[in-house]
Amino acid sequence: MSKVLVIAEHDGAILNPSTAKTVACAASIDGASVDVAVFAATAGPIASEAAKLASIARVVTYERSENEYALAAIIAPQIVAVAGEYTHIFGPSTTFGKDLMPRVAALLGVNQISDIMSVESSHTFKRPVYAGSAIATVEAPMDAILVATVRIASYSAVTDNNSALIESGDPSVADIPTHTRFIEVKSGATDRPDLQTAVKVVSGGRALASAENFDIIYRLADKLGAGVGASRAAVDAGYVPNEMQVGQTGKIIAPDLYMAIGISGAIQHLTGIKDAGTIVAINKDEEAPIFEVADIGLVADLFTAIPELTEALD
Amino acid sequence: MEKILVGLKRVVDYNVRVRVKSDGSDVETDGVKMSINPFDEIALEEALRIKERGEASEVIVISVGTVDAQQQLRTGLAMGADRAILVESNSPVDPLGLARTFKSIIDRDDIDLVILGKQAIDDDNSQTAQMLSAIWGRPQATFASKFDVAGNKATVTREVDAGLEVIEIDLPAVVSTDLRMNEPRYVKLPDIMKARKKPLELIAISDLGIDQGPEIKSLMFEPPLERERGVMVDDVAGLVAALKEKGLA
Repeated sequence: MSKVLVIAEHDGAILNPSTAKTVACAASIDGASVDVAVFAATAGPIASEAAKLASIARVVTYERSENEYALAAIIAPQIVAVAGEYTHIFGPSTTFGKDLMPRVAALLGVNQISDIMSVESSHTFKRPVYAGSAIATVEAPMDAILVATVRIASYSAVTDNNSALIESGDPSVADIPTHTRFIEVKSGATDRPDLQTAVKVVSGGRALASAENFDIIYRLADKLGAGVGASRAAVDAGYVPNEMQVGQTGKIIAPDLYMAIGISGAIQHLTGIKDAGTIVAINKDEEAPIFEVADIGLVADLFTAIPELTEALD
Repeated sequence: MEKILVGLKRVVDYNVRVRVKSDGSDVETDGVKMSINPFDEIALEEALRIKERGEASEVIVISVGTVDAQQQLRTGLAMGADRAILVESNSPVDPLGLARTFKSIIDRDDIDLVILGKQAIDDDNSQTAQMLSAIWGRPQATFASKFDVAGNKATVTREVDAGLEVIEIDLPAVVSTDLRMNEPRYVKLPDIMKARKKPLELIAISDLGIDQGPEIKSLMFEPPLERERGVMVDDVAGLVAALKEKGLA
């Protein structure tokens, strides 16, 4: 029987929604028993949130001061110390999980599966390759521990009606390295919905032509109560910060509504939005590839259409 | 710091629209343009800039793959790397085997810093840098957009979901590069001529005695489910009506 350990993602205070989606993937393995591990300086509130997640057996907390910031080099050896109890160790395919899980796998002497999008059996999974241009079915050996990251856009969060047991684990690992030190996180903090979990997302592309012009995107997003994203081209051009990038090398998202404005729709961008419910594209160029995947398309100049749309939505 | 090792992977070019073979055994790579993985070009550019600032003395490029990867290594030499190593393998090498291969070269050549791309655009794994730093027992600075060396330490800015994270690491270390770290230089014709004379060492992977670890098998490839083409609306009023119909506005 499969026994899966899901590594909780959090910011030191709040459980990241990626955890509930990773649990959904773990729980879709036939007959799996799922534990959630919280590595933190103070795990209490995070563990309480995690204990509500449906389908899990228990939450295990590993508290030590070194766990204040999620540094892979510090957390990985602690995961390895408890890995023996489990057949699978899963993390989310966010920058947190992508940084951490391969380090865990290498310390355990196994290869890792990245971006699970569906579970075929306990050791067989589907995952995207070539920016989603192909889907590979991969199989890991039965006789080794299986370490993987879960493509969170492929899963809906499990419900939060559970009250799983919370236990405190033994966090004593002999040698926690000191060679990696956290300094700070700089983020363009915003009141808008978080891009990765927003129900609606409005994204702008290179056609916005300047940081100032992005204002019309923000105004439309605020009218819709939407999160704001951007194409790689818009980020590279410096119109918006990196954390807004959607696509192969940015965030992979699955909102109910995705509005692509002035985005041509390169494959690298499309791979980040293919699980969206409804895709709306507004672009001046009627040949833009974004229209091939859009559910609703409008050929128009965004500088007139977007203010008009914002006005019309009341 | 003396030596920087940079990994260069030969991949299907960024602009090629990849198709799955009709028998599902793989993707079609015959006759397709091959290039250096774009993230690896950024890694090499960063290494060259560190050397040009006088903070390192040698830049070594390494690839693991078939003899065809010599082409990408020659491009790396033309960009400015001092020498190249091809670890020859006719079968694909998983990230753990790759990390162990790099580690054996680190030990042999006394490498001080390894810079790798954050992911290869073919398998999209994003694992090798993390695995290498794990088995080396050294810091990892993944998804880096800025890297500043100061003596035996470095300050690295990382592109994370929350924004930009700054960490300090001791050297030696492994860095993986994100897109906005730099803009790689173009190769000039005289440099291509000069690169022909630079050393390119060939090693058979079997000679390194690498245990590649438990293999993850690719059983099958299939094309993704295509989204159906939707409707075009004529104007903003039409768009609002369509959104309202779906309960989205």
